[in-house]
Amino acid sequence: MTKTTLLHPTRRGLLMAGGAGLLTAALPGHVGAQAAPIKIGFQLHRTGIGASYGRWYERTAQAALKAINDGGGIAGRPVEILFEDDATDPKRGSEVVDKLTQSDGCDVVMGTLFSHVVIGSAPRAAELKVPYLVCSEGYHVASGMLNRWTLQPGITDVRSQIQAMAPWIAANLGKKVTMVFPDFAFGHDHRDFFTAKMAEMGGEVIAQIAIPPTETSFTRYFPQIPAETEVLYHVMVGPAVLTFVKELGEFYGTGAKPQIFGFIDSLEAVDTATPGLEFLEGTHFWEAHNRVKPADAGEHEAAYRAAVGVDDNGASVSDAADVSTYSHMFSTWETLFFLKQAMEASGYSGPTDRQKLVEAMEAISDLPYGVERPQGAKVFNGKTHQVFGTQNISQVQGGKLVRVHQTTMEDGAYADAVDYTTMSF
Amino acid sequence: MKVWTLHLGLIVVLFAAQFWLSPYHSTNLARIMVLAVFAMGYNLAFGYTGLLSLGHALFFAAGMYGAGLPAQLWGVTAGPALILGILAGGGMAAAVGLLALRTAGVSFMIVTLMFAQAGYLAILYFAAVTGGDEGFTLPAAARSIAGLDLSSDTPRFLAALTLFAVGLLVSLALVRSPFGRSMVAIRENEERSRMLGLNPFTVKLVALVLSGLYAGAAGAAYGILFGYAGASFATIQYSILPMLYVLLGGAGTILGPFLGAALMFALIEVASGVTSAYLFLVGAALVALVLFAPRGILGTIRERWAKWLP
Repeated sequence: MTKTTLLHPTRRGLLMAGGAGLLTAALPGHVGAQAAPIKIGFQLHRTGIGASYGRWYERTAQAALKAINDGGGIAGRPVEILFEDDATDPKRGSEVVDKLTQSDGCDVVMGTLFSHVVIGSAPRAAELKVPYLVCSEGYHVASGMLNRWTLQPGITDVRSQIQAMAPWIAANLGKKVTMVFPDFAFGHDHRDFFTAKMAEMGGEVIAQIAIPPTETSFTRYFPQIPAETEVLYHVMVGPAVLTFVKELGEFYGTGAKPQIFGFIDSLEAVDTATPGLEFLEGTHFWEAHNRVKPADAGEHEAAYRAAVGVDDNGASVSDAADVSTYSHMFSTWETLFFLKQAMEASGYSGPTDRQKLVEAMEAISDLPYGVERPQGAKVFNGKTHQVFGTQNISQVQGGKLVRVHQTTMEDGAYADAVDYTTMSF
Repeated sequence: MKVWTLHLGLIVVLFAAQFWLSPYHSTNLARIMVLAVFAMGYNLAFGYTGLLSLGHALFFAAGMYGAGLPAQLWGVTAGPALILGILAGGGMAAAVGLLALRTAGVSFMIVTLMFAQAGYLAILYFAAVTGGDEGFTLPAAARSIAGLDLSSDTPRFLAALTLFAVGLLVSLALVRSPFGRSMVAIRENEERSRMLGLNPFTVKLVALVLSGLYAGAAGAAYGILFGYAGASFATIQYSILPMLYVLLGGAGTILGPFLGAALMFALIEVASGVTSAYLFLVGAALVALVLFAPRGILGTIRERWAKWLP
């Protein structure tokens, strides 16, 4: 009997090992590559002014990732997300795009919310020729300010949102409007687009009250609201939103007040039943995605809420006081499914296919309602790199936001300001 | 000779680094070199002249917008834009200095902070021109110099290195000159300097203007090399950063600002890879520095082992 060891193999053993080696070598190279995960870099506002949004963006993206991987991944490949904090700062944001792309080897970068971080990071994404999918709702993409590599496929931009609101406000709440908004670009978009649309509807913005971003108390601004105001339009972002709405309530007390219409940004991550906010009863809000599950919600709403870990009131299932940023966070979910669709359509196999991937995204148009798009059906405009969907108007009833109107996509339509497809890569 | 060898040697090493660093690290080194120029400027005011300013973000932003706005509005190319940015930084420092240098110590710190905050709010107020908080991306024409595309890796690295090398050597020559010694004399004892015939106000104003020129150059270069100008660069965070770089590397040392900028960058890079609470680690490292090496790294080395370090 011949004794074999690793050091003294038999001739048959050697032949089998050699054959197996040859077979492995003969396999097409891309078999190994296909098994490798697709890496998605996520530029996350974990710290800084956008932290409350970032927390929910991360949870929603994780939930979408699980749904995609449970469904077989993208083109059969598993998907990974690498989260990197950008401190809600454009300088760090640009560095994060660099790190995710060059150091971590991500195929695409996504997830940015705050406009200044998007605008500060987009040039670096273009230099690296990496698709950069933002979840910002800023008008910066559709305005033509950015580049061929930057797209916003998961959330309607603020210009379209505002345009869709104005006709309903003029018809239902009043025509003399006073606006209170933050004195920076996001607020200026509201000021400019709403004022123009209101004039078109036969209404008038009679006062524009801009609040400096460094402000932490707002009481001295409220006396500037003209007495003849029929509608008070407010939008505020950042850590001071709760102070803002509370002080607005203190200003009006229990006395007469105009109709109040706000963008939910003023109350994102804030419970409408918070003591001091009782005055909001009967007032209206724009919502992209209804925080409180509507009675006639679509068939995929429940599954989406369960996946993300949000209850029917829009708060975390594990902590009712942890209210989500429900009107924005769906954008990360929908962006991931948009990416899956484009990658599969383009036959994406790796970073060398990035240009092909952008072209495939630009070719996408109709995005029907489904588990991929729980907020609603959308249309993607490949020329402007911007997606458009329906919007909602809710009223606070019994301390909860109840949907009273849903716009059509046509309500938010405007002429294209750019055709990115004519630009070079 | 030893001093010049060290500093020229560093420039040679940095030049060579582009050949062995990955594109990612090479781009980060370009960022560090530009930020080090900002910190070198801060060091001239704080480290050598004793002017503890909390307003340098204003000078940095003046450079960034001084270069970026002409590029955006009138199509000015990178070379002239850079010069305009440097002049804007120096001009802003002169204007602030003429008023703020009537104060000293904590008052100077507060007055410079207020000027910087006013500058930040002015950028937001004139959003129609400046782009407000969102800022704007610089056009391609403004990112090219002598036919070199500064948005690509190698030209960007070389441009950052050139700016850094000029800043470093001018800084070295300056602090070894009679004027540099006047700066240090005023830092050490202003009254005695006055008795020796120096005019402290003039020396401090010139030092602050030089500091502003450096900050303006860094701001302009950052905008041009990385393609973006925005109001966030005018926030107080960008007044504190050069101070931290200088304190970490060693206030009143020529190489301290570069060392501090590089270490801080590396610290954030490494810590963010270890934990999502990376800012806690950065904070802990800075507290440890204050406790165990209050003069900064090079300051401590100079004190203990290498007294010849400038």
